[in-house]
Amino acid sequence: MDDFLLRALAGGVGVALVAGPLGCFVVWRRMAYFGDTLSHAALLGIALGFVAGINLMLAVALVGLALAGVLVLMQRQRKLATDTLLGLLSHTTLSLGLIAVALLQTVRVDLMSYLFGDILAVSGGDLAWIWGGGAVVLALLAWLWRPLLAMTVNEDLARVEGVPVLATQLGFMMLMAATIALAMKVVGVLLITALLIIPAACARRFARTPEIMAGLAAAIGALSVCGGLGASFRADLPAGPAVVVAAAALFLLSQLFPRGGTR
Amino acid sequence: MPSDAEFPEMSPEAALIKTTSLTVQFGRRTVLQSVDLAVSAGEVVTLVGPNGAGKSTLLRAVLGLQRPSGGTVWRKPGLRIGYMPQRLAVDATLPLTVRRLLALWGPVTDAAVDETLSEVGAASLADSPVQALSGGETQRVMLARALLRRPDLLVLDEPAQAVDVAGQATLYALIDAIRRRHGCGVLMVSHDLSYAISGTDRLICLNGHVCCAGRPEDVRRHPDFQALFGIDPLAMPAWLSAAGPHSHGAATPGCQHTHEPGPKDRSPPKDQHPHG
Repeated sequence: MDDFLLRALAGGVGVALVAGPLGCFVVWRRMAYFGDTLSHAALLGIALGFVAGINLMLAVALVGLALAGVLVLMQRQRKLATDTLLGLLSHTTLSLGLIAVALLQTVRVDLMSYLFGDILAVSGGDLAWIWGGGAVVLALLAWLWRPLLAMTVNEDLARVEGVPVLATQLGFMMLMAATIALAMKVVGVLLITALLIIPAACARRFARTPEIMAGLAAAIGALSVCGGLGASFRADLPAGPAVVVAAAALFLLSQLFPRGGTR
Repeated sequence: MPSDAEFPEMSPEAALIKTTSLTVQFGRRTVLQSVDLAVSAGEVVTLVGPNGAGKSTLLRAVLGLQRPSGGTVWRKPGLRIGYMPQRLAVDATLPLTVRRLLALWGPVTDAAVDETLSEVGAASLADSPVQALSGGETQRVMLARALLRRPDLLVLDEPAQAVDVAGQATLYALIDAIRRRHGCGVLMVSHDLSYAISGTDRLICLNGHVCCAGRPEDVRRHPDFQALFGIDPLAMPAWLSAAGPHSHGAATPGCQHTHEPGPKDRSPPKDQHPHG
């Protein structure tokens, strides 16, 4: 097997292992649109990263974090519904990102590779970021697990029971921003949400506890990466979309099984 | 009408929570105006009032979920509050059993979970997914959740809202039994006047401010109360107020006499076997 393929596999699996558990919370908390918005803003992060000359993953994570902050502030106004706000932010930041990239004349940016991923170009340095950063994200998620789960069940109740709701929420958004930055290279900004949501949705059928669902989602994500990369290698398909289609195929397949977990 | 606005019989040490001139404004709208409220250990206080009267806002202020615009909310130091929210909306994708739900809020043993579930009559639900519970079952489970935290004060937001009529009397009876057994104070909001009032020590009629407060049998004769609710809401047919106190003065606890059957009940039973 070629080196670049091994690196692609290692990078993709690394991202899937992080995206699975985090994606479970995205599904439980109905935050799919929020994930979309964060990932659309990633392109703006890339452009700003080029301008500032800093690591692109870091730039993407920072822009995501800023966006999450703006959203929390705007939600407090209570004038527009959250999904309206998200639609506004999502497409504005994507358009700003596209304009910014077009204005960058000093560097040629391969737009397609950022929009849909360029997993076959994953470098050794990227791998270090993905596995190192991924381990940190998973460790922080484990640390936030209980308060997050309590908040997901009922936010008021969590607050009355002394859960630091705002801090936990900001922490979760930070983890989302970081994960999107890590996953960008693998599936691209337009497809990241799929890697968060599809494995989690697929795992639901077989899970009896939240923890089992998170573990299964990670495994199903990793399997999708392997399947997608395999198909991409053999049939010369674009890798990012092939990974997403593989995940969707696993989801469809899972629907054929009788429900194993609790309804 | 005896003046029950102040409660001289209540010593300050016994109070679990106390609001003083509590005012809450949303923008320019004043939702609560100078509300004084206190709940003591072992006491059941029920808030009633029309929609938009600020009942839930008052509850949220007591819980610390709503910052007052004016006045103060005092909680007894170290007070443990068992809060039962109006609804539990857990997404269907979250695999969560009742047992796990109860363990989310702090360390509990399986034995304690089982015992508390039995206490609320929900022992068989321990391993059910929370999404499969009916309205009444959810409230029992959430009551068990609150009890597991060994609360000094139970705060219930319309506990019977999603419960069918048959289950409402049982739920209020359960709340009453729990209060007696654990000696905790209870502060609840209720829409329902007949069942909720039966176990209530003090009824507070809220409409932005405290209209009237006191023992239920006194409050319901208060002109403000009757103006808000139209009629004496407790003078309703027996089949609606099965657990309610009766209109012959102070209700004694455990008063068991039955009402005269209404005109409908008095109609002779249909004879299934016509005489020849």
